Amino acid sequence: MKSKILLVITWLSAAVTFSLLIFLIGYILARGIPYLKPSLFALEYTTENVSLLPALITTVMTVALSLLIAVPVGVFSAIYLVEYAKRGSKIVKWVRATAETLSGIPSIIYGLFGWMFFVSFLGWGLSLLAGSCTLSIMILPLIMRTTEESLKSVPDIYREGSFGLGAGRLRTVFRIVLPAAAPGILAGVILAIGRIVGETAALIFTAGTVAQVPGLLGSGRTLAIHMYALSSEGLYTGQAYATAVVLLAVVIGINTLSAKAAKKIAKK
Amino acid sequence: MDSRSFASLRMTRIKLIRFTAGEIYLEKFKLTGVDLWYNEFKALHSINMSIGANEITAFIGPSGCGKSTLLKTLNRMNDLVEGCKITGEILLDGRNIYGNIDVNLLRKRVGMVFQKPNPFPMSIYDNIAYGPRTHGIKSRLKLDEIVENSLQGAAIWGETKDRLWRSALSLSGGQQQRLCIARALSVSPDVLLMDEPTSALDPISTSKIEDLVTELKQKYTVVIVTHNMQQATRVSDKTAFFLLGEMVEYGETDRIFSMPKDKRCEDYITGRFG
Repeated sequence: MKSKILLVITWLSAAVTFSLLIFLIGYILARGIPYLKPSLFALEYTTENVSLLPALITTVMTVALSLLIAVPVGVFSAIYLVEYAKRGSKIVKWVRATAETLSGIPSIIYGLFGWMFFVSFLGWGLSLLAGSCTLSIMILPLIMRTTEESLKSVPDIYREGSFGLGAGRLRTVFRIVLPAAAPGILAGVILAIGRIVGETAALIFTAGTVAQVPGLLGSGRTLAIHMYALSSEGLYTGQAYATAVVLLAVVIGINTLSAKAAKKIAKK
Repeated sequence: MDSRSFASLRMTRIKLIRFTAGEIYLEKFKLTGVDLWYNEFKALHSINMSIGANEITAFIGPSGCGKSTLLKTLNRMNDLVEGCKITGEILLDGRNIYGNIDVNLLRKRVGMVFQKPNPFPMSIYDNIAYGPRTHGIKSRLKLDEIVENSLQGAAIWGETKDRLWRSALSLSGGQQQRLCIARALSVSPDVLLMDEPTSALDPISTSKIEDLVTELKQKYTVVIVTHNMQQATRVSDKTAFFLLGEMVEYGETDRIFSMPKDKRCEDYITGRFG
């Protein structure tokens, strides 16, 4: 009897989760697709035609720029922690504790910091650069931690094999360990992209909401902020849903692409 | 030390000639008073031995007796273990390997084959070419030649020549281990250290590797750690028996297995413990 009840509960939970997801996606699609017109993809945003293309381009730029900053720093610090630093040393503990704390901070606080530091103190203004720098700080712990875990999961016998042939540590890390860890690192990068694409709070403070394709020091809005702006203005809710559809498609697209890439790397 | 002075060292290499039981041999390694600690734990107790060139020397003994540890001191793989400290002297061709030498060049000269086959997750060709590339060989022609020679040297050329660009992980366990031997040969070492190279393999693969080891003796000095006493009798010229970090007995393999001098050694090889 008891086990039957448990079975029903687990079944129900699964069903609720699944149907919520389906409902959510279905709702967005149903509300958004009717507004998904070619005019939404015009190069220029005007008050009559709230085109999402500038926001789409800004999103891609923001993702690229943030990753450009965060991935090298995150990957290299993870390499230091796993391959170079003495295991259990004080520095490692400190860096790890800092990273863990950083990853628990709400994004609005990153936004506030970015506004104070990049926007005001460095005088970059509300800009793509300030926004991307802020986001790269936000995703840095995530990339560092996932890289660290995937480096650790590379079996030591690979390292021994390489050292045993007279290869130095640098060569061992870059030729043997990093390629073997690449799929795990890529998974972290995908998660990071997800965070960037979905971020609003931190960006409103740092990149602003101008609906144009920005230069490095110009203000621009990503898709998520575009959605937020449209729905808070209340005039173009339909278009906001259409933007959500595009955002959804972008996220799914990124995930499939990177899953394929991961498979390809793993095969090699 | 740069590679030029290392090369000159090789030319002026000191060869000690010893006479034991009327036989002449060249000394490859000479160990004097080697002690080794892992932090507080003393794993090796003043090991003294000399290992002959172009001979196969087997290290036997129960688990945890220090035989693998000693093997790894011979190419300084223990340097990678944190808290490991070594005192005493280990001479390779008369030169202290714990002195002022380039560890990478030492490991090039003293190759290693591990207990578990560990081909890199890349193609068969790249596995073999990794070592020579590490030491600066870039010419494709030269690499092709090295790959073929190494694979032939490890008696696996026939099985791999048509699939050089396939992943090394697609090979069977025994083939992977012979690939690892080929990989070790690719940097033309003098010495091959083998740490229980057949313990993860089936009997057929094991016998193939044993045949290979006997052949390798022509060109290389081989030191092999083994759990398997039949294996020691089949392949080795000399055998050293270790117990609790001490070298209890060392001598001709035939003599050790027929007339062991030490009671503990006798008990071990007759299967009374271990």
